[in-house]
Amino acid sequence: MCLGIPGKIIEITDPALSLAIVEVSGVRRQINITCVIDEGMQPADCLGKWVLIHAGFAMARIDEEEARRTLVLMEEIGALQDELASIRSASF
Amino acid sequence: MQFVDEFRNPKIARRLVDDISRVSHRMADRLGRPVQVMEVCGGHTHTIFRYGLAGMLPSSVEFVHGPGCPVCVLPMGRVDDCVDIARQPGVILATFGDAARVPGSRHSLLEAKAAGADVRIVYSPLDALQLARANPDREVVFFALGFETTMPSTALTVLQAQSEGLHNFSLFCNHITIVPTLRALLDDGHLLLDGFLGPGHVSVIIGCRPYDFIAEQYHKPMVVAGFEPLDILQSLHMVLVQLDESRAQVQNQYARVVSETGNSFALEAVDKVFELRESFEWRGLGDIPHSGVRMRAPFALFDAEQKFRLPGVRAAEPQGCQCGDVIRGRIKPAQCSSYGTTCTPQTPIGALMVSSEGACAAHYQYGRVSLIQDVLGAH
Repeated sequence: MCLGIPGKIIEITDPALSLAIVEVSGVRRQINITCVIDEGMQPADCLGKWVLIHAGFAMARIDEEEARRTLVLMEEIGALQDELASIRSASF
Repeated sequence: MQFVDEFRNPKIARRLVDDISRVSHRMADRLGRPVQVMEVCGGHTHTIFRYGLAGMLPSSVEFVHGPGCPVCVLPMGRVDDCVDIARQPGVILATFGDAARVPGSRHSLLEAKAAGADVRIVYSPLDALQLARANPDREVVFFALGFETTMPSTALTVLQAQSEGLHNFSLFCNHITIVPTLRALLDDGHLLLDGFLGPGHVSVIIGCRPYDFIAEQYHKPMVVAGFEPLDILQSLHMVLVQLDESRAQVQNQYARVVSETGNSFALEAVDKVFELRESFEWRGLGDIPHSGVRMRAPFALFDAEQKFRLPGVRAAEPQGCQCGDVIRGRIKPAQCSSYGTTCTPQTPIGALMVSSEGACAAHYQYGRVSLIQDVLGAH
């Protein structure tokens, strides 16, 4: 629950509500990106960026290397499959 | 995979372990006991066990596994209250999967589900909000728990529910906050803690500055750490060097993700929706002043504690359960009389066996294996 999972923002679905589709290890789902849109930025500026996601909300922008490193770590500690299963199980 | 190798380089690992040994021997001689460093975060506990890091270290330094697994410190009385809500007619109770397995004094949420309660496992509070939209004639209650990592997600979800006028959505709020908890541990006269590895992802939200009191008032080093095995070894080394040089500072080893000031949008949402409780009960630790949050009065319509009459009964820990002693660092997991016999990850008695981030479950699963040999090529 507390270990955030990295995902790549691939589509902005609702700019007004800051909703976007991210891809996490091949699994796609909608998340909220409000917290990573700095002042003066538009949601569209986040396209292609990697973020750290907690419970469906992007909480930090991270670089691609950090994202890959974190995904490998999560796989090794057995957290990736649980997290992906949980992401897959629900959609909104 | 250059980027991974940097963080898994066996030469760097061995050099760090040598450096740690040198400084910790010197410190342990000075103290007359091993140096004790608490990793606050359950994610760090998981990494430490998974990679067998404790086994690489000399006996002059020890990790003390902290209380940073929110599922593990949730008191049984609160689980009982949540089960009570889930059983009420018309209610859909939405919860994270790991929270559904936590035993109450009689049942977990999963057992309540098996007995007919409408309990849904969700990934995000936004999923619970969607359930509320799709089921306007039902009351959807989200079992909100976690430290500052999950607090912004529930705060923002409540703000969204408010803006939509979605009044069949509420939170059963059990969020806890890290700083008062660290203060309580530092004030506990029984604990011998020389320094801390700070939580990585809580600090993404709150930044590093809230920890300044640890250095300034308690004169202990704190290093905010990443989750890679080498992040943890390097952070431990940074704590030891501070101790050796009689310094006490907050340092940020995880600066590639954590900023000094945190995420201002997330903090603003949290502040809008939540306020500190006078006190909150922790499993194994008892009442800690100002360690929990509740919803502010303007959000009463979204507060399950206002909507439902709850039993609110405190439950005593099960007999033979020594989670409190493990959380306080007084005993190691395997020293508990229930560990591995009556209490296992399949049939947990104590909360530390429930989540993979709990010290007992991590110890049970990985205590006898050392992945470090495969990954770092050490030993």
